[in-house]
Amino acid sequence: MQKLQKADYIKMYSFMLKIRRFEERAAQLYGMGKIGGFCHLYIGQEAVVVGILMTIDKNDSVVTTYRDHGHMIARGLDPKRIMAELTGREDGYSAGKGGSMHMFSKENNFYGGHGIVGAQVPIGTGIAFTHKYNGEKNICRTYIGDGAMNNGQVFEAFNLAALWKLPVLYIIENNKYGMGTSVDRAAAGLDLYKRGEAFGIPGEKVDGMNVFSVIEAADKAGKYVREGNGPYIIEVQTYRYRGHSMSDPAKYRTKEELDNYKQTDPIEIVKAEILKKKIATNDEIEKINKDTLEEIKNAAEFATNSPFPKDSELYTDVYL
Amino acid sequence: MSTEILMPALSPTMTEGNLSKWLIKKGDTVKAGDLIAEIETDKATMEVEAVDEGVVLDLLFKEGEANIPVNKAIAIIGDPNEKVEVKKEAPVEKVIEEKKIEKNIETKIETKKDNIIYTPSSKIEEDTNLSSEEITMRQALRDTMAEEMRKDNKVFILGEEVAEYQGAYKVTQGLLQEFGKERVLDTPISEHGFTGLAVGAAFKGLRPILEFMTFNFSMQAIDQIINSAAKTLYMSGGQINCPIVFRGPNGAAAQVAAQHSQDFSSWYSQVPGLKVIAPSTPYNAKGLLRSAISDPNPVIFLENEILYGLKGPVNNDINFSIPIGKANIEKEGKDLTIVTYSIMLQKSKEAALRLKEEYNLDIEIIDLQTLRPLDTETILNSVKKTNRLITVEESWPFGSVGSEIANIVQRDAFDYLDSPVIKVNSADVPMPYALSLEKLYLPQVDDIINAAKKVSYIK
Repeated sequence: MQKLQKADYIKMYSFMLKIRRFEERAAQLYGMGKIGGFCHLYIGQEAVVVGILMTIDKNDSVVTTYRDHGHMIARGLDPKRIMAELTGREDGYSAGKGGSMHMFSKENNFYGGHGIVGAQVPIGTGIAFTHKYNGEKNICRTYIGDGAMNNGQVFEAFNLAALWKLPVLYIIENNKYGMGTSVDRAAAGLDLYKRGEAFGIPGEKVDGMNVFSVIEAADKAGKYVREGNGPYIIEVQTYRYRGHSMSDPAKYRTKEELDNYKQTDPIEIVKAEILKKKIATNDEIEKINKDTLEEIKNAAEFATNSPFPKDSELYTDVYL
Repeated sequence: MSTEILMPALSPTMTEGNLSKWLIKKGDTVKAGDLIAEIETDKATMEVEAVDEGVVLDLLFKEGEANIPVNKAIAIIGDPNEKVEVKKEAPVEKVIEEKKIEKNIETKIETKKDNIIYTPSSKIEEDTNLSSEEITMRQALRDTMAEEMRKDNKVFILGEEVAEYQGAYKVTQGLLQEFGKERVLDTPISEHGFTGLAVGAAFKGLRPILEFMTFNFSMQAIDQIINSAAKTLYMSGGQINCPIVFRGPNGAAAQVAAQHSQDFSSWYSQVPGLKVIAPSTPYNAKGLLRSAISDPNPVIFLENEILYGLKGPVNNDINFSIPIGKANIEKEGKDLTIVTYSIMLQKSKEAALRLKEEYNLDIEIIDLQTLRPLDTETILNSVKKTNRLITVEESWPFGSVGSEIANIVQRDAFDYLDSPVIKVNSADVPMPYALSLEKLYLPQVDDIINAAKKVSYIK
């Protein structure tokens, strides 16, 4: 890929920071009872989606799991409307009918936000099928949690994607825990990226705390898929700082483990690189921090002031 | 000593076959295991092997002869040179063989009685565009898919054995040849995966027709049908629709037992976001399938294997369609309303004929055609006229389509009812294998007559 420009570093830092601030604010609103139901935070995993973001075409499609807020921000969607969906208001991306787990933006080729573990994998494969059927050069990036890698339909999708050479990039976000069960207690064989081998799908493992590693792998994999070679799997090793969802105290892991990962915080890595390369000064970074905080504060305010959906909306959007 | 070679039953639903090709000629010596003929069944063309050995003494049908009943002799083989040896074994074997054949013929005849025969419908005959030629339900379905695929490049079909095999029930015959493998796709046996794939393709703007070899296998994929296809429009605040047709045979075929004989009409009809259609004739199959393919929502299209061979006239206009959500008053009457759908339509019509002859009851028959959205207006208007209602369907009784109709009618037409509503359903057990029990399990004409008598207070 082309050498990263100065603006790229700033873009990465800004997006990762925006995701983190957004998630922190979401946690606060959840605590205040403004957000209900399930709410899965992306804190700690920011380098994954932002790294992939750096390598894509805007006409590429994307589909992901219920841990989707960060993915939407990285897609360039408006944090105000994402937050408004979390608060279940009419300005939300799904008009308040989807919530945290079910958000979509068709005009931005963002196909959710899926609440059923593994279900997005055949769906993303089908979106890739459409790109190929229509003769487009685009690919579908399909994110998979480590928990879903033990789900049968994932392998059915792998088989179909390889059989029909579909332009789909599978990205396994291995954050080490499927809810409260660690990967080694759920998966026989810990190299999840090798699970496409039986279908002839190449795979590789990447350090997901370091955005530069993610970019390098995503660029190589994206080219492979875009050139019509069929699917490719990237397993990104990452870590979520928070529990599985807001109600999860995460007692199944030690504080030391968490602190250890925080030593390699993905945002700090980019910041250090920016300062080292003298792309921006400390003051300039401080300004980004301040602006981001302000933007997210505004988003929260917008989301708590947006009206609830009208009662008449209960019966709309069932059929087209 | 000679042995007759009989037209074999090569599928659970086959009652007759066509002799496509002889692979032997008079005077040939055949051994057990030799291929002797190609027979076209209701599902496929198959080669038949010899079971007995001998010289071909006579071929009783010519190549190309059609509709030869199962168990009819098609050839005679014998061996004059080994008369003595054959005689030694023959008597015993022959007695057994004859008994078997006799029993076979008996059961086949019994099955035949159950065969659904198309009875003309005054409603259909009003159509001025009606074809003079009668075609089968499977042809009607096939033709409609082909017509829609010609119109719109976004329509494609996928499923198990839909392409090279030409369809497990021959419903997709010829589509691969016309549209190629990019648009007619054989899938592996992985319903969960390819259903999710098709749903994703529909989200992205294609219009898949997904064939389940039978709806029994849709259980493997039900999460994608309900959680993804049916709900995403709602969950996305109206952004992402799913224009897909899930079609295939539903309900009982013939003696395929519990795991392959389930009716899913009420399962799917319960789900907001899905539309559910169950055609009963070649005519409405054409009109309804066209509406299903053009619809921007996910549609469950429940066919019936027994009905695939049902012949009737159709409207061949390539734009002819029947609206989703509209029931058809198949027959008008004043004494009692029967609400039914799919295969039970013809049985209900048979019952109506007998009820007229034997009890002078004038029956109104409503063929729902669409189960969701339900045409409650047509049902209520009918009940307000006849004041009596029975529902007839193949599904299990608990929470069936008839249960919902009974609820609606007691709520909205309570004062019009002169008797309780009675539902005729299949037995509340898994489908048994034995022919005798299978017949008991399924609603029969007599069950409909008994229900009609009960709501009419006839002893």
